[in-house]
Amino acid sequence: MTFTTNSSLPWVILLLPFGSAVVITLFTRRWKNISAFISVTAVLGSFLCSCAIFTQLDISAPELTWIDIHGVLNVPIGFVLDDLSRLMLLVVSGVGALIHIYSLGYMRDDEGKSRYFAALSLFMFAMLGIVLANNFVMMFIFWELVGFTSYLLIGHWFERDAAADAAKKAFLTTRVGDFGFMIGILMVWMATGSVVFDDVLAHLSKITSNPGYLTIAALLIFCGAVGKSAQFPLHVWLPDAMEGPTPVSALIHAATMVAAGVYLLVRVAFLIQASQTALLVIAWIGTITALLGGLMATQQSDIKRILAYSTISQLGYMFMAVGLVSNEAAIFHLFTHAFFKALLFLAAGSIIVSLHHEQNIWKMGGLAPKLKVTFATFAIGALALIGCPPFSGFFSKDAILALAYGRNLPIFGIGLMTAFLTAFYVSRAVIVAFFGKPRSDAARKGTESPLVMVIPLLVLAILAFIAGLEPVARNFVVVPHENETALTVPALAVLSLIFGVGLAVWLYRNREHEPLHVDLIRRRFYIDEFYEWLINRIQERLARIAAFFDRWVIDAGAVRGTSGGTFGIGSLLRLFQVGNLQAYAFLFGLGIVALIYFTIFR
Amino acid sequence: MVTLGDYLMVSGILFTIGFAGVMLRRNIIIILMALELMLNAANLSLVAFSRFQIDPTGAPNYNAQVFVFFIITVAAAEVAVGLAIVVALFRLRQTTHVEDINTLKF
Repeated sequence: MTFTTNSSLPWVILLLPFGSAVVITLFTRRWKNISAFISVTAVLGSFLCSCAIFTQLDISAPELTWIDIHGVLNVPIGFVLDDLSRLMLLVVSGVGALIHIYSLGYMRDDEGKSRYFAALSLFMFAMLGIVLANNFVMMFIFWELVGFTSYLLIGHWFERDAAADAAKKAFLTTRVGDFGFMIGILMVWMATGSVVFDDVLAHLSKITSNPGYLTIAALLIFCGAVGKSAQFPLHVWLPDAMEGPTPVSALIHAATMVAAGVYLLVRVAFLIQASQTALLVIAWIGTITALLGGLMATQQSDIKRILAYSTISQLGYMFMAVGLVSNEAAIFHLFTHAFFKALLFLAAGSIIVSLHHEQNIWKMGGLAPKLKVTFATFAIGALALIGCPPFSGFFSKDAILALAYGRNLPIFGIGLMTAFLTAFYVSRAVIVAFFGKPRSDAARKGTESPLVMVIPLLVLAILAFIAGLEPVARNFVVVPHENETALTVPALAVLSLIFGVGLAVWLYRNREHEPLHVDLIRRRFYIDEFYEWLINRIQERLARIAAFFDRWVIDAGAVRGTSGGTFGIGSLLRLFQVGNLQAYAFLFGLGIVALIYFTIFR
Repeated sequence: MVTLGDYLMVSGILFTIGFAGVMLRRNIIIILMALELMLNAANLSLVAFSRFQIDPTGAPNYNAQVFVFFIITVAAAEVAVGLAIVVALFRLRQTTHVEDINTLKF
């Protein structure tokens, strides 16, 4: 029995951002700078508490009983504080803190600064809630809250139609997955009678005795992860979500929220790993997503969209790792990815700000000498993303590839192909945006961003560089080892990297326009068009049927039928109310006669 | 020999006359009188039942006679109330005809 300290620090971590959101919304909306200050202070407080918790191994927090229907359903508000959630706390609040600080610069002159920081605080609350939740119901609630804040933040510039539409699209698409997640939770609860992770684990045999049921439940829970983590076929919302402010893209749509899917799967790994089919499906969905994301990134011209597709692709890698039964590799990649992807987004945001909201890489060019720090940090992020040794991405991606090499060769092949694509499209973005001649006025006049934005960039750049090195990483995560493939896999990965970069350099050096046009990829494999068609065809028809049913059966039949029937019978009965006393007496006598007749002669 | 049937016959005829009076006459006072006739028809049949149900000691069944007293009492009260209403009505409407009193309807 290990000694466990009871601490209320997790409550502080969780409630600080929430308090900040409440205070900003209720009191300080008018004073933008105070709002920003409150929000940043809250997240820094959360981060410091997370640091304090990270070093304490055996720690527990007081639990609150929320719903307790004895023996049927027990939903506490309790925290799980194992290695995994402590690491996630650190990553979420750490990256979150840096992005809050960066936002001070990025959203400097924004009209809705208070609103922005309130939503950002609310997001931190929700995300930390997911990380800390010790049961499915609590996790689901925070899960939805994260979706909602994501909606708020994508639609921050709601006066732009594109942003409002993107917010709706993101919300609805993830809802599709969340619906599956909800059914999955219900299935688990039905089988085991509990929603608390530990209890489910203890009663696991009740659910594993029925493999089909288990597989369906695991896959339904996976559905939720597919929606939130933008995996194929629900990936369509993430690129559009780039309509939101860039720090939001960095925080929510790169480092934390989209990684929540991976976190969820690792959290319930005991359930998923009991089903081989579910594992296989997860691995292949991850692989397909990695490849598709990589392919689609190659033809984008919006710098944020390129990064969005690369996020999809990298998340695919993580799912691949989960599917290949290595939570360590998945979490390792999540850990490094959070840093370098947040870095890339923030660097991209720095470019966007200095070019007055120009996001098209073909309108940039020649930025390297003007935005020195941004370029350097972006380059570090890019090197980490493409997995160039000794940057962090190399180690984590190598771990996943080595895993695939050992367990499933087709997946390894596609993974390697994706690594090649990653190297290609990232190099393309770097070459087109930073080198060559400036291709627009904005690019000619670009200047470096303010210090408050540059500092987070530098911090993240350092983290992105060192997070993968084993002496550093092993303090935070379990670094996976696959010894039998000591050299083959890294060699192949580096080879594909060199090919990718080489191809990009050869194709895109000193180009004025896009030399390649692959319509299929540029139009994102027509998946959006397909969904549109599907919605028009199927959902529209279902809606029509439902509307018909509602209008004619519910409204006309049930509602108006009842009222009309009552009214009709009433006016019919009114005929008997003649007002003549003797008529009443006669009817009364007739009634008596009828009663006597029925009681005696029947 | 007068039988129970004869008494009931007379009672039935009285009741029918009373009912017809209630139905057909227009004057409220007459209707009240017809109502009294109906009540007394019922009394007559009750008394007849009492007279023709003799128990072994030779006493008639007094239950029915108690009923009759009861009806007479209630009828007296009813007439008192009813006539009071008629008087009030007459003061209001200057009429005792039922056709003129037909506002109690939708």
